[in-house]
This record gives sequence, C-alpha cells and structure tokens, in this order.
Amino acid sequence: MSTINRNAAQLRATIVGNKLVGQYHQILISVGDLVDKCKPGNFVAISVGGDSSKMILRRAFAISRVAQSTSFGGTMELIVAPHGQGSKWLCAQPEGAVIDLVAPLGSAFGIPTEPVQVLLVGGGYGSAPLFGLAEVLKSRGCKVDMLLGASTAGKIYAPMEGKRSVNSLRIYTEDGSMGIAGKVTDPISQLISDLDVAVIYSCGPMGMLAAISAITADKDVVHQCAVEESMACGIGICMTCVLPVRNEDNSISMLRSCIDGPVMDGSNVLWDLVGKNPTVTQ
Amino acid sequence: MTAVDFSTTFSNAWFPTPVFTASGCASSGKELAQFFPLKDIGAVVTKSIMNKARLGRATPRMAETPSGMLNSIGLQGPGIDTFIEKDIPWLVEQKARIIVSIAGETIEEYSTLARKLRSVSGISAIEVNISCPNVENRGLVFACDPEASKKVIDGVRRTIGGELPIIAKLSPDVTDIVSIARGVVDAGADGIALINTVLGMVINLSTMRPHLGGKTGGLSGPAIRPIAIRAIYQVHAAIPNIPILGMGGVASGRDAFEMILAGASAVSVGTASFGNPMAIPHIQEELKTLLEEKGFKQIKDAIGYAHRIEEAHE
Repeated sequence: MSTINRNAAQLRATIVGNKLVGQYHQILISVGDLVDKCKPGNFVAISVGGDSSKMILRRAFAISRVAQSTSFGGTMELIVAPHGQGSKWLCAQPEGAVIDLVAPLGSAFGIPTEPVQVLLVGGGYGSAPLFGLAEVLKSRGCKVDMLLGASTAGKIYAPMEGKRSVNSLRIYTEDGSMGIAGKVTDPISQLISDLDVAVIYSCGPMGMLAAISAITADKDVVHQCAVEESMACGIGICMTCVLPVRNEDNSISMLRSCIDGPVMDGSNVLWDLVGKNPTVTQ
Repeated sequence: MTAVDFSTTFSNAWFPTPVFTASGCASSGKELAQFFPLKDIGAVVTKSIMNKARLGRATPRMAETPSGMLNSIGLQGPGIDTFIEKDIPWLVEQKARIIVSIAGETIEEYSTLARKLRSVSGISAIEVNISCPNVENRGLVFACDPEASKKVIDGVRRTIGGELPIIAKLSPDVTDIVSIARGVVDAGADGIALINTVLGMVINLSTMRPHLGGKTGGLSGPAIRPIAIRAIYQVHAAIPNIPILGMGGVASGRDAFEMILAGASAVSVGTASFGNPMAIPHIQEELKTLLEEKGFKQIKDAIGYAHRIEEAHE
C-alpha cells in the first residue's frame, strides 16, 4: 500500500474566477506556492456548504491545471459539473469567496522518460486534467494526440487554448451532435498501430476506462487511467473509494483510489470485479 | 498554558488528553500524521483488526446523508500479524498512545487476537469491537446478544485481563443498552465504548435498489450524536464507576464537552476527520477552552456532570 501524497496540505483559499464553459464551471482558485506541488492527475478535496452545512464530507475534484498568474500568483483550475448538491454549491461561489481545501492529493500521471507517441482519451469533463497533462508531455518532446468523447455536444469539454498542446484532436459524441458519431473508444485499436502509441492516458467514466483496458490488454502499450470512485475523505482514512487491483503474486487488494490512485495502471485494475464482493486470495 | 488538567484514565491506562481517533476512521494513523503529530492527541484507536487479512465489502461503500453518512466497509484490513509487524511499531515511533481495536467472527477469534497482542509493547488498551454492523450475518453482531457479548469479553479477559484495560464497544441498535453494558462489565470489561454506528440504508433512485454494495451500512456523523449522548447518559447513570469512551457525531469542542457531561471519560472523533483532517486537534483546543470557561480545574470533574442532583459546583 502506498502512502498519502507527501505534499498534501490544508489551506483556506480564495476563488478568483468562476465562469461557465459550456455545461461546466471553470473555477480558478488562488493557492500560492502550492501550485509547484501539483502534478497532472492529482486532485483536490474541498469542503462544501459552509460551516452549518448538513453536507459533512469533502468533494473531490481533479485539478485540471495549475498556473502562475501575475495578478493572483499561483492558481489552480477546476472544471466542475454542477451535478450534486456539493458541486452546485461550489459552482455558486462568487469570486472572492474563501474555501477550505486539501491538495494536492493522490497519484500523478507518470511522464515517459523518452519522447514517445502518446494518446490522451477523455470522457465528458474527464478531459479537463488531460490538457494540463498534454502541456507537460509536449514540453518533454512527446507527440500528443487526443480523443474526446461524450454522450452529446454539450458535455464535451475542449477549451480553445488546450488544443495548442496536441498534435490532433478528435471528438466523438454518441448522438452525433458534435464531431464523429460514435464512441471515443471506437478508433483506439486502429490508432495504437497507426501511430505506434506507447502510452495511453485516460480520464472519464469507469466504463470507458474498462473498455480501454480491454483494448490494450493484448497490446504493448501502457494504459494510465485516472479512476473515479465515490470517496468520503480523500486522504486515505475512510476506506470507501477502493478498487480491486491484482498484485504481482496474483492476489487481490482493494486499493484506495485516493492514495493508490486516482492514476492507476489500467491493466492491474480488475474491472469485472468493481462493485462485486471480492474474496481473499492470500 | 492551561490550568485545566486535561488528562484522563481508563483503568490503568493514562492519556494526556481526552480526545482520540475513532476506530475505522483513521486507518492506522499514517494519513492523519501528515496533518498533525499523533502524539499531540489523546490516543490513536486503530481500525478494528481481525485475525486474517480481509478485503471488505463491495463498492459503493459510502452514501452521504443529511449531517451524516453511511459506510459499508466490512472491516477491510491486513490481518493481525502484518498489523503487529508494521503498523504498531510505526505508531510507537510516533510516540502515540495506542488503543488497538479488535474484531472477530467467533468468540475464539477475539481470544486469539488478544493473545497475539499480549506480548506487543506500546499498547495502552484494547477496544473489543463486538458491534460492527457491516457483517454478513446480523447474528454475528455479538453486542446485540447479552450472552454472546459476555462470552467474548470473558474470553479476552482470561487472556489479557489485568494487563491491558479492556474496552467493550457496544451497538446502539439494542432494546436495552444498560443490560448489555452491565453484562460486559460483569464479564470483565474495564471500560465501555459507546456508540458504534447505527444500522441504516439508502435506496438509490436511479437503480431503485439499495445503494450500498452491502445493502445496509453504519450511520455516523452529527446525525447520530443525540443517540450517543442518550446511550452514554443511560450507561453512566447505571454504572457510574466504569469509564466510557464516547463517540458518535462529535464534530466540535462543544460536542465533546456534551459527551463528557453525559458521562464519557474520553471521546473518539471519527467522521469529522473525513470532512476535516485537522478536526481532532481543533476539537481538543475548543474543548480545553470550554472547560476553562466553565471553571473546571480538571476533566475528571466534568465527567458525568449532567447527572448531578444538586448544585454542588461553586
């Protein structure tokens, strides 16, 4: 078992930007020097609802990117879908609001030591952290191609500036309302051989991550996926966000996606056992 | 810089402060140590450890509810041998006071666990969790059965009685908690932990089935605090000389103070740490201030103060 992100810290931080981008909120938070500790893949756990809230648990959000700005210093960007009560509260916070956060949490995407061909696959707003990742990969000389998918056009998150870091960007919607009609996983097998992909990075719904793992199972390509499992604490103490993962000795561990993830090796996750009762194999 | 004597005792175990972690809400301590030194709080109560490694229940394991949450972990853990080898030495190194929580599927398993812990140094007390709600068979919740409760505690007492204080953790899901408490005290418990989570359920409106993988889960958080206060008050009234480790929804210094007034000698903080990793040190500071404000010179004077018959306090 791994340990909590050594850089994790709790702080009160000010929201310095909150604007609507399609169906999502782009929230910018001033976090100072903490940005130097945040890596693509890491997440933040935010207290929601205020002091007298009936919502007692933090909400986890992927850090989509960090930057140093002249007006606000170090900033952290989140792309938030106002789905539940907690995310709706966060999206309703005005600029100047102070929030309580813990970051950076969890594992980060591994960056190849060689300048290889990589493929980034995002589902829905799961694409958010991939743009920051693309910048890092490009700066290391990697060739970066990207696939984004969603059920419909409104759920695609693809900021203009994000496209600069990628060699190509293809969009898939299941209803055909944007880009190519179909699933984002449809072209992956072909692209792996056409482009000679060495690493796939993925972020999105569990079904998409499982499908990519199935595609890469018999191929010589590394699949790093950022998983999403509901969590109560984000810091490794509640044991709710676990996923069944195969160990080297073939035994199964229920690993915490907040500490051993969110970035995991897709080939080790036992997707068929997610949501099922595992048995001790030790 | 405080005049209040903040120390508390359970039988022969001494703790510098009365605020502990709650079993199952601090893993084995490493994660919270990132946020504050573990030696600064009263004690670390470890997650309930079983004889063998255990993977726990299927996901989803969690559902937030108003001012609370349901969990359905099912005692995931490494097993006692790995725990003794790896987790205990680390906690000792941190200079934390350690209360090891144990859980078993059979009466014999509890005795086995106690025997394995007997020779381990650095442990302050044993919490015997006979009330985890997340087991497959409700008949296995020993704390719902007075006879089974007594047998478990008796077995542990025969193994380590007199060496380490035995704290029996009880369930609020019983008709008469006082009779269960009397039973475990008669069987040799040196203290009582009140309360474990309350059995609950949430139905998912999308699937229209129980949301949790284990269907039922344990409710924790401020939602259950009044149940905990009631249980502690009742047990303290009936058995005033037995120390109580209070828990259930403590999220602030005032909550901890309330629990102490009801009869708790110390309080464990669980779910509050999920929402705020610094909850325990904050609660500790707030409690100290409150005790000072109310004029208590030592925590012992506040324990069970809500039970006083006449206004003896100056």
